[in-house]
Amino acid sequence: MLDELRELYQEAILDHGKNPRNFRHPDDANRSAHGHNPVCGDTLFVYLKLDEEGVIRDCAFKGKGCAISLASASLMTQSLTGLTEKQARALFERFHWLCTHDEPPEDETEDLDPEAIERLEVLSGVREFPVRVKCATLAWHTMTAALDGQQEVSTE
Amino acid sequence: MTTMTEAIKSPGANSVKALDLEKVRADFPILQREVYGRPLVYLDTAASAQKPRQVIEAMTSMMEQSYANVHRGVHRLSQEATDVFESAREKAARLLNAASSDEIVFTRGATEAINLVAFCCGEGLLEAGDEVIITALEHHSNIVPWQMLRDRKGIVLKVVPMLEDGSLDLEAYRGLLGERTRMVATTHISNALGTIAPVKEIIAEAKARGDILVLVDGCQAVPHCRVDVRDLGADFYTFSGHKLYGPSGIGVLYGRKEVLDALPPYQGGGEMISSVTFEKSSWKAAPHRFEAGTPAIVEAAGLAAAIDYLEALDFDAIQAHEQGLLAYATDKLSQIEGLRILGTAPEKAAIVSFTLESAHPHDIGTILDRAGVAVRAGHHCAQPVMDRLGVAATVRASFGLYNSEAEVDALAAALLKVKELFG
Repeated sequence: MLDELRELYQEAILDHGKNPRNFRHPDDANRSAHGHNPVCGDTLFVYLKLDEEGVIRDCAFKGKGCAISLASASLMTQSLTGLTEKQARALFERFHWLCTHDEPPEDETEDLDPEAIERLEVLSGVREFPVRVKCATLAWHTMTAALDGQQEVSTE
Repeated sequence: MTTMTEAIKSPGANSVKALDLEKVRADFPILQREVYGRPLVYLDTAASAQKPRQVIEAMTSMMEQSYANVHRGVHRLSQEATDVFESAREKAARLLNAASSDEIVFTRGATEAINLVAFCCGEGLLEAGDEVIITALEHHSNIVPWQMLRDRKGIVLKVVPMLEDGSLDLEAYRGLLGERTRMVATTHISNALGTIAPVKEIIAEAKARGDILVLVDGCQAVPHCRVDVRDLGADFYTFSGHKLYGPSGIGVLYGRKEVLDALPPYQGGGEMISSVTFEKSSWKAAPHRFEAGTPAIVEAAGLAAAIDYLEALDFDAIQAHEQGLLAYATDKLSQIEGLRILGTAPEKAAIVSFTLESAHPHDIGTILDRAGVAVRAGHHCAQPVMDRLGVAATVRASFGLYNSEAEVDALAAALLKVKELFG
């Protein structure tokens, strides 16, 4: 039983869950959104700083949640800096894919950084726990809401 | 006659029939199944209870042998279905010790029952500026309908605060009762913490202050102890079938006859009218006035069987067994380092809500699930309770008549696995 669970709760997840990176509210953020999962009460704020070219220069978050949602948010903030808005959305799509599929997509998008995908692979254990996919994607939904200029997003 | 809380202290005094746990467990087919290769340990009865074979068979038998619409046909099957349906009403009346089965309204569940009371009282009895008191222990279903009434009719909503241990602040309650108080709506037992509210006292205080109606949400009480609405003095009392080891889709609203008779209808349609012309319609008397449309017929058969099942087991025996489990679980879980039990009121039902220092309730829920242990992790549809205790969520183990001490041990063992993983 513990073996299956260790697939989900890998060391990196436990570490990011306990000590989330970029857990702060940057003063110069120019996009932000509040994400909420009404099922479990998890709540996250995602902050982005985009430059004039639309490149993400900083990404941070604050909030409360389970190990999966905090680790996912933490890993997300480490993956977005330097990406354009379009690349950030594409990375979310790719991340969502790895949370729900065993195989990589046939048409792997070329302009995604393989290292970023590899970093996010650590969360792929949620495939075996479908009810937890929403925990893993909460931060990402919140990030796209911030890009869209929406202030509130909720995962039903 | 003993009150609920007295009864819980000394269930049935000296004549307690012990529960034959092995026999009870054999009545629930689902308890035979495995989850992830482990025996199911179902500790989520407060969310919904499992069903004994007797309930399943009563529903199947009705569909196979005597199903038709009720109260309308002259044919044999309609008569048989009506008999089953109305006998469920009589059983519900006896279960609650109502004065008559005319005081029993069938609804879709307790949520609809509370919405019905809020709507009908809002149309018929309450005026802008009138005050409705609810408590900090309420489930969302006994908060939101009153907020909707507030927004529609301009009534004022007041909340009895909760003390740190999860009991109600009765002194504050007395202070809230005032000239304009017309309604008090309180839970009997908190679904999130297990606190037993002193409803008899709450009702007595309200009645001493004047013409105040009291509604009691008894969802978590009726399955676990004997309830006597006349002894309590409640005007309205509600529970859901699915928490009483019966089917979902049916609930019971008890309403004192004089009060029900004074209320306007809830929904309009067939079943609730005595005559209809295009100019005007007239309503049937209660309870049918509140039951528009074809009711939950098969579910009523299941509910009747559930009531028979519990009566045969004896509520004192059920209560003694569950109070034993509560004491055992409280003791066992308290020994786990970093575990905090929320809700430590002196009078509690068999619900243990807790947090673990190192892991979030949602993660705990996933890990327990893999050990075959089903618990609820979250806010339990009682977000204000969570806010008051300063937590976003808890893990809740809620016990039913079929649970055993061995299952408490399985829960404790699985929690140790959580600690192994999370530290």
